[in-house]
Amino acid sequence: MNRTKGDEEEYWNSSKFKAFTFDDEDDELSQLKESKRAVNSLRDFVDDDDEDDLERVSWTGEPVGRRTRPGSFQSLSDALSDTPAKSYAPELGRPKGEYRDYSNDWSPSDTVRRLRKGKVCSLERFRSLQDKIQLLEEAVSMHDGNVITAVLIFLKRTLSKEILFRELEVRQVALRHLIHFLKEIGDQKLLLDLFRFLDRTEELALSHYREHLNIQDPEKRKEFLKTCIGLPFSAEDSAHIQDHYTLLERQIIIEANDRHLELAGQTEVFRKHPRKASILNMPLVTTLFYSCFYHYTEAEGTFSSPVNLKKTFKIPDKQYVLTALAARAKLRAWHDVDALFTTKNWLGYTKKRAPIGFHRVVEILHKNSAPVQVLQEYVNLVEDVDTKLNLATKFKCHDVVIDTCRDLKDRQQLLAYRSKVDKGSAEEEKIDALLNSSQIRWKN
Amino acid sequence: MAAHLSYGRVNLNVLREAVRRELREFLDKCAGSKAIVWDEYLTGPFGLIAQYSLLKEHEVEKMFTLKGSRLPAADVKNIIFFVRPRLELMDIIAENVLSEDRRGPARDFHILFVPRRSLLCEQRLKDLGVLGSFIHREEYSLDLIPFDGDLLSMESEGAFKECYLESDQTSLYHAAKGLMTLQALYGTIPQIFGKGECARQVANMMIRMKREFTGSQNSIFPVFDNLLLLDRNVDLLSPLATQLTYEGLIDEIYGIQNSYVKLPPEKFAPKKQGDGGKDLPTEAKKLQLNSAEELYAEIRDKNFNAVGSVLSKKAKVISAAFEERHNAKTVGEIKQFVSQLPHMQAARGSLANHTSIAELIKDVTTSEDFFDKLTVEQEFMSGIDTDKVNSYIEDCIAQKHPLIKVLRLVCLQSVCNSGLKQKVLDYYKREILQTYGYEHILTLHNLEKAGLLKPQTGGRNNYPTIRKTLRLWMDDVNEQNPTDISYVYSGYAPLSVRLAQLLSRPGWRSIEEVLRILPGPHFEERQPLPTGLQKKRQPGENRVTLIFFLGGVTFAEIAALRFLSQLEDGGSRASRVGRCRPRPPSTCCSFCESCWPSCSSATRCSSGRCCWPVGPPTSWC
Repeated sequence: MNRTKGDEEEYWNSSKFKAFTFDDEDDELSQLKESKRAVNSLRDFVDDDDEDDLERVSWTGEPVGRRTRPGSFQSLSDALSDTPAKSYAPELGRPKGEYRDYSNDWSPSDTVRRLRKGKVCSLERFRSLQDKIQLLEEAVSMHDGNVITAVLIFLKRTLSKEILFRELEVRQVALRHLIHFLKEIGDQKLLLDLFRFLDRTEELALSHYREHLNIQDPEKRKEFLKTCIGLPFSAEDSAHIQDHYTLLERQIIIEANDRHLELAGQTEVFRKHPRKASILNMPLVTTLFYSCFYHYTEAEGTFSSPVNLKKTFKIPDKQYVLTALAARAKLRAWHDVDALFTTKNWLGYTKKRAPIGFHRVVEILHKNSAPVQVLQEYVNLVEDVDTKLNLATKFKCHDVVIDTCRDLKDRQQLLAYRSKVDKGSAEEEKIDALLNSSQIRWKN
Repeated sequence: MAAHLSYGRVNLNVLREAVRRELREFLDKCAGSKAIVWDEYLTGPFGLIAQYSLLKEHEVEKMFTLKGSRLPAADVKNIIFFVRPRLELMDIIAENVLSEDRRGPARDFHILFVPRRSLLCEQRLKDLGVLGSFIHREEYSLDLIPFDGDLLSMESEGAFKECYLESDQTSLYHAAKGLMTLQALYGTIPQIFGKGECARQVANMMIRMKREFTGSQNSIFPVFDNLLLLDRNVDLLSPLATQLTYEGLIDEIYGIQNSYVKLPPEKFAPKKQGDGGKDLPTEAKKLQLNSAEELYAEIRDKNFNAVGSVLSKKAKVISAAFEERHNAKTVGEIKQFVSQLPHMQAARGSLANHTSIAELIKDVTTSEDFFDKLTVEQEFMSGIDTDKVNSYIEDCIAQKHPLIKVLRLVCLQSVCNSGLKQKVLDYYKREILQTYGYEHILTLHNLEKAGLLKPQTGGRNNYPTIRKTLRLWMDDVNEQNPTDISYVYSGYAPLSVRLAQLLSRPGWRSIEEVLRILPGPHFEERQPLPTGLQKKRQPGENRVTLIFFLGGVTFAEIAALRFLSQLEDGGSRASRVGRCRPRPPSTCCSFCESCWPSCSSATRCSSGRCCWPVGPPTSWC
């Protein structure tokens, strides 16, 4: 019991408008109310449009149609609609007598119906919490987002935060509209309060995180991201957010350093390949590419070294190799490419291995216009014979095609390939030598 | 005027005339000369119902697009803003109005909100101190726009996003209003079927609105027999898969906007001799696509693989027709030949255009990557390997293919597996975030919220049941002479259209179990007709069904509906008049927060949310 009373008190104290619905109504008036309502709803159907002039007030209660243009020309129609508006503007301190006016006594459902028809309508007269909630429920039952939002704005203005949130918590449709509305007008603070109240922590976190998109300055953005780290994201997302912060932190350091290097003009790679854009706010993989391009040989200890990035962000081998390959191939650093795939076993023998498959290596090298000698070496490492042959043919690695045909003892294919090589070239000679060789037992 | 609108089973020119009349009435309210300031987005939809000539007849002398700061000079009495009810547009309008005041003679301002007034916007205008400057503030409910003889669209690209992501159901309200307008013009629709949460709500609103209108009894003989309301989220698969009809592919590759498409100009350069051929046109070639063009009407809904043969046949027919001139000997014959010339020349122009478009499309469809993508899609849709990480998707991410393509594939896999295994989902997420940027955490959350991407719950995959019961995957597809709707996706029969098909025969009772698996309720409502308006069905008479997609429809689905309609034209019924909001890819797209490179900065709106560049697809509805 005590609690209920407390709640009630809280409402009366926090609502902007003091109760006067009960006190002000004498018996006669409340008896009349019902019949008035009936008349009003009739009117709503009978003469839809004319009554507009009776009460041209916006839903915030201010008169509309007031000309704000200084000294502007007033057209006739304007003047007409203007006059009644002013005289009927509902103000807080309005004399009681005015409540007798029919048009001022719309029920919540009438009011909502009028709003839905795009008519102006004052909401200010709804002062009790009960009326306001009824208004909201009527609006929700109409499914008209426009009207729901209008009512919500009114409630937001006239109810305390706590009461508004409490009432909306049990009215999900209205709640969703309020959330949408707050996002729309950018009232981030109230939105966060709301999520906190509802205990919708993940949404709270995401909504906060979204803000970083509006911050241009990298330092400020970084600081903002730092505030996101402790927020209640899912475990997976938490790790991503942490990475996002760390990445930007790195990028800021790298950017400052590299801009300096570039300006100084002492470093060859920056002279030969000036940077096209800043690395700030680029995705992780792009950053890795950048670092493989400009800082490939750096020791693991520096922030900008590829190996350091790989470790910090736990970049999978595959992703790393792919990116490094693309970067080194672009610089035509074939030696680095070679090293990327060379592994030594414990006996000291070297072996070529590619976590992404050598067919992909070949494609990437070709895209970066690697010379045939380089391509050839990797085409040869493709395990699947058909793929190998296809790639070799596609990229004109003649030796590989010829050797493969020989190994397959496929005379027909070799014969067919002969027409594809230049006349009198070394390749043609090689093919002819093979075709004439008596050493090979052709399968066809 | 718009003859193609009257070709269908329902004469949509009636609707077009009604909306034109309303526009004229509004214009006449603002007496004297006028300038219209356009919310650029609206010019497309308006172009479908009124040409400039109509506006001119009503003293519209100038047209501007809505931009910040000052209005361009115009010697007119009225300035009318045609805008969507958007807050950011109100700020621009206020800027216009305020800077106008400081110079020259005062003019009358008016606002026309499309499709309706917004209290929120008027409040914003008031806060900015300009609300009182407007003499007429009205709304123009352009809810349903006639698109083609059998197609209406709301052209509200945001509907899917609003309904399913933001839980804002205003677009449903507009849908219900549009349907009420339609019933006012074409009679009460006696039966309403529906599937999905939104469908249920639209039906409720319609019933409620009808109750409120009890005053006037609709005395028009009903043109439609049934209405089928379908939620887009009942079938998220169709918009994710690549459409393979001619029109569908044009949309996939170039995007069809308000029935127009913009194409690279090179292929359309005039091949006249002496032109030098040096200065190629640099501006995109803009073409309108609808059934007013005979050839297009014939090929739009065909599988792309069947388009080539039609084009070459047409080419032969046309050259034969031109050859006729050699046979024309008498004056009468020559005269007849000449009288046919304009028609023949139009046909030749149309053929040239579509041959060029087909060539452009073929360049794409014959590429290795397109083939690989299609293979993966078809594997998913037929239920192969949907529960593990797909290596093609992995490759796409590694090669940084457009994010939208990656997201479509991942979502498709998710839908075909009733959600991805947590490990698979986490893997994709990680790869996407590392490659495209961490801020896409927001994008991925949006997709999850809309149900396009989700973790599998309860470890059950319902998709195989749905696929088998509804026969969504057909192994033998005849692309040239189709016998089933599955030809539109070369194997996959769009779920939405299958539902429509099964509703007509044998009825939904046969698929109760699957309907329960699909999201949202299914229902049937009857709207009683006075006895005088009840149809006495003639044997063999076709029934007309209006199908309303809440949240958009793909061109391939429309093609499938047209196919059904033709199939059943000889039979007992035909379904027609789909309602469309094109474009599937957009779905995902509109969910992407923040930009990635391909999304230019111009596409960002103040909320920081990324919209689709050209107009938007998103929606559906």
